[in-house]
Amino acid sequence: MQSTSHAFKDNAHGALADERLQKALGKMKVGFQDKRTRAAARLPEFETLRDQSRDIKNHVLEHLDLYLERFESNVIANGGKVHWCRTPGEARDAIVEICRSVDAKIVTKGKSMIAEEIELNDHLEKHGLEPVETDLGEYIIQLRKEAPSHIIAPAVHLNKEDVAESFMKAHTLLDPHRSLEEPRALVNEAREMLRQKFLAADVGITGANFLIAETGSTVIVTNEGNGDLTQTLPKIHIVLASLEKIVPTLEDASTILRVLARSATGQEFSSYTTFSTGPRRPGDLDGPEQFHVVLLDNGRTAMLGTEFQDMLRCIRCGACMNHCPVYGAVGGHAYGWVYPGPMGSVLTPGLIGVQEAGHLPNASTFCGKCESVCPMRIPLPKMMRHWREREYEKKMSPQAYRNGLSLWAWFAKRPDLYRLGSKIAMGVLGAMGRRKGRFRSLPLAGGWTDWRDMPAPEGKTFHQLWAERQGKAATSATATPSNDRKAA
Amino acid sequence: MDNKTKTPRVGLFVTCLVDLFRPTVGFAAVKLLEAAGCTVEVPSSQTCCGQPAYNSGDRADTKDIARNVIQAFEGFDYVVAPSGSCAGMIKEHYGELFADEPEWAQRAAHLKHRTYELVSFLVDVLGIEAVDAQYAGTITYHDSCSGLRELGVKQQPRTLLRSVEGLTLAELPGAEVCCGFGGTFCIKYPEISNKMVGEKTADIVRTGADTLLAGDMGCLLNMAGKLKREGSKIRVRHVAEVLADMTREVPPIGDTRGA
Repeated sequence: MQSTSHAFKDNAHGALADERLQKALGKMKVGFQDKRTRAAARLPEFETLRDQSRDIKNHVLEHLDLYLERFESNVIANGGKVHWCRTPGEARDAIVEICRSVDAKIVTKGKSMIAEEIELNDHLEKHGLEPVETDLGEYIIQLRKEAPSHIIAPAVHLNKEDVAESFMKAHTLLDPHRSLEEPRALVNEAREMLRQKFLAADVGITGANFLIAETGSTVIVTNEGNGDLTQTLPKIHIVLASLEKIVPTLEDASTILRVLARSATGQEFSSYTTFSTGPRRPGDLDGPEQFHVVLLDNGRTAMLGTEFQDMLRCIRCGACMNHCPVYGAVGGHAYGWVYPGPMGSVLTPGLIGVQEAGHLPNASTFCGKCESVCPMRIPLPKMMRHWREREYEKKMSPQAYRNGLSLWAWFAKRPDLYRLGSKIAMGVLGAMGRRKGRFRSLPLAGGWTDWRDMPAPEGKTFHQLWAERQGKAATSATATPSNDRKAA
Repeated sequence: MDNKTKTPRVGLFVTCLVDLFRPTVGFAAVKLLEAAGCTVEVPSSQTCCGQPAYNSGDRADTKDIARNVIQAFEGFDYVVAPSGSCAGMIKEHYGELFADEPEWAQRAAHLKHRTYELVSFLVDVLGIEAVDAQYAGTITYHDSCSGLRELGVKQQPRTLLRSVEGLTLAELPGAEVCCGFGGTFCIKYPEISNKMVGEKTADIVRTGADTLLAGDMGCLLNMAGKLKREGSKIRVRHVAEVLADMTREVPPIGDTRGA
C-alpha cells in the first residue's frame, strides 16, 4: 500500500478529530488489555514461556539459513514447493503465475499482513483475478477499500453501524429493508456471502503464523475458521509468509502458541490452530492438489546482524499496539503503512526506509508498556531510539529542534555556565510567573502552552539555594568560636 | 560495605527539572535522607542525566554528559535522585552507552549499582516504613513510567504515604498509563500528548482526590499544566514534598500561595 507515514502528524490530527474513530478506540483498549492481563495471570508459567519463546527465536535467527533449507526440503518431501522471493514484486509474480497455471478466477484469502505488505489484492485485480478476503474484519475493509488499522483486528477502527452501512451498500441483491442492527445479523450475512466464494474459489491464499522446519508444515491461527475453508476447498493452497516465521520444531511452535493468543486476545488458544503439511495425499478426504509456500524476504535479512535483529522475533500478536497509549490515541491508520503501533514504529522504517517512516519511532513517549507486554520480550523502545540515532546522524530532524538541543547540550556540558544561565532564566521566569503561578503562553513554548499551562518555576534554582545554604553554614561555622574545626 | 555501622554518604542527583522548577523537592529529598541517617552532599558539577539528548538520538552529547555525571558521583556510597526517570537513565542506560569503552563501562556499572530513586531508596535500601509528616487531604498517585517499569517503583511511595497523618489515598484507575509527557515528545507531538494528558486528568478528577502526587517533575508539570488549564482546583505536588512535610513552604505546582 502507498505509505503516508511521512504525514503521520497530519494523519494523527485527523484521527484525533474523528469522533467515530475515537469511540471505537475507547472500547478497544479496555477490552484487549483486561483480557491479556487475566490470561497471563491464569498461567503461572507465562513469564517462563516468554523467556523460552524469546530464546527459540533468537536461536532461529542465528541459524536462519539452516532452518529455512530444512523447511524447504521437508516441504518438497511432502509434495509441495517453496518459492524464494527477495522482493514484493517477485512474490506477486510467483503468486500470479501459480494462479494462471490453473486459469484461476476467484482467489479466497485468509488474513495475511504480508499480502498487505506486497499489495497483493491490487495486483491480483490488475491481472483479472478476484481476490476475496474471508476474515470478517478483512472482508469489511475490503468492501470499504480501506487498509487494516490493526494487525489482528483489521476493522477495529469501525463501529457496527459503519459495518451495516458498508453491507447495505455492497450486498445490493439482498432486501434493502433488512435489519442489520444486531452484530449477529452482520456475521450471518457475511457468512452467507462468503460461503459462495469459498465454494467457487480456484486458489486459496493464507498467511502463516509459523513455518516448522522439522516437518515442512505451516501453521495458522484463526477464530473464524475461514482459514481452513480457504486452504482446504480450492485446488491450490498458497502460503504467503515472511522468512522469519520459521521455528525448528513442532515443540517450539507449541511453546510460542501458548503465549500468542494470550498476548493477543487473552484467549488460552485461538478457536482454530491449523497445521498444513503438503498437498492432499492419496486417501486424504480433503485438501488442495497443490501446496506452495511463497517465502518473502523484503528487507528482513538486511536487519539480521544489526541493532534491529531482535525485531525479527515478532509473532504479530498485536499486544504492543493494544497497550500503546499513542496507538490508543490515534489508531492504526495514522501510522500510514501496514504495521502500526510500536512494532510498526520499529519495523516500518526497516522495510520502507527511515526517510519515509522517520516520524514513527519518534512518536513514542518511551513509556515502556509495549516492551512489558511483548511475549517475545522485544526491546521496542530501545530500537525506536536506535532509529532516532540514525535520523540524528542523517540530520533528518527539524533544524530548529536540533539547534535547541545542541544549545542545551553545550550548556549541560559546562556546569558553571549552565548554573549561570539557569539562574538568570529561572529568575526571570519565576518573577514573571509569581502572581499566577503559571503561564498561559510563553514564547517558543507554543507546543506546550497551546494545550496546557506551564507551571512557573519557584524562582531561584536548587543549586543557587544550596550554595546560599552552604555559604550560611560556613559563615556561621567560622563565626562560632567554639566550633571544632576538626569535627566539621 | 556495612551500612548498619556507618552513616551512608549520599550524593544527591538533583535532576534538571527539580533544579530549575522546583528546588523545594531537592530540599525535601535532603530532609528525608538526613532524617533517615544519611549525610547528603550535592556535587556542584552535575547538570542533567542526558536523557533529552539520548532520546533524540544524539549519542555523542549523551556520552559527554554521562561521563560528567559518572565523574561527579564517584566516591559516594549511594546516588539518589528524586526521579525515577533520571535514576532509570543512570541505572539502565549508561552501561549501553559505553559498550565499546571498557573503562567507562566499568565506571558506569559501578554507578549503576549505587544509584536509586529517592522513595524506593528510603524503603528498599534504608528500610524506612514511616515518615513524620502530616497532610490533611485525599491524594491520588500517578506511577511515572520509568520509575515503575525500569526500577519497580510502585508500592514504596504508597507504603510511606500511608504513614502520613491525616492523608487518605484514593487509587487512580489507570495509574500506570503514561501521562503523555515523554520528554521532548510533548513538544514534538503536542496534539497526541494533549489527548493522553486529557485522558489522565479525566481519570484524576474522577477519583475525587483533592491532591495529585507523583515522583517525577516532568509528569507533574504536564499533569499540573493540564489540570490548571482545565480550571481544576486539584493541587499537584511531588511526593517528596508531602513525605518531608514541606507542603507549607511552597504552593502546589502551578498555583500561588493561598491557592
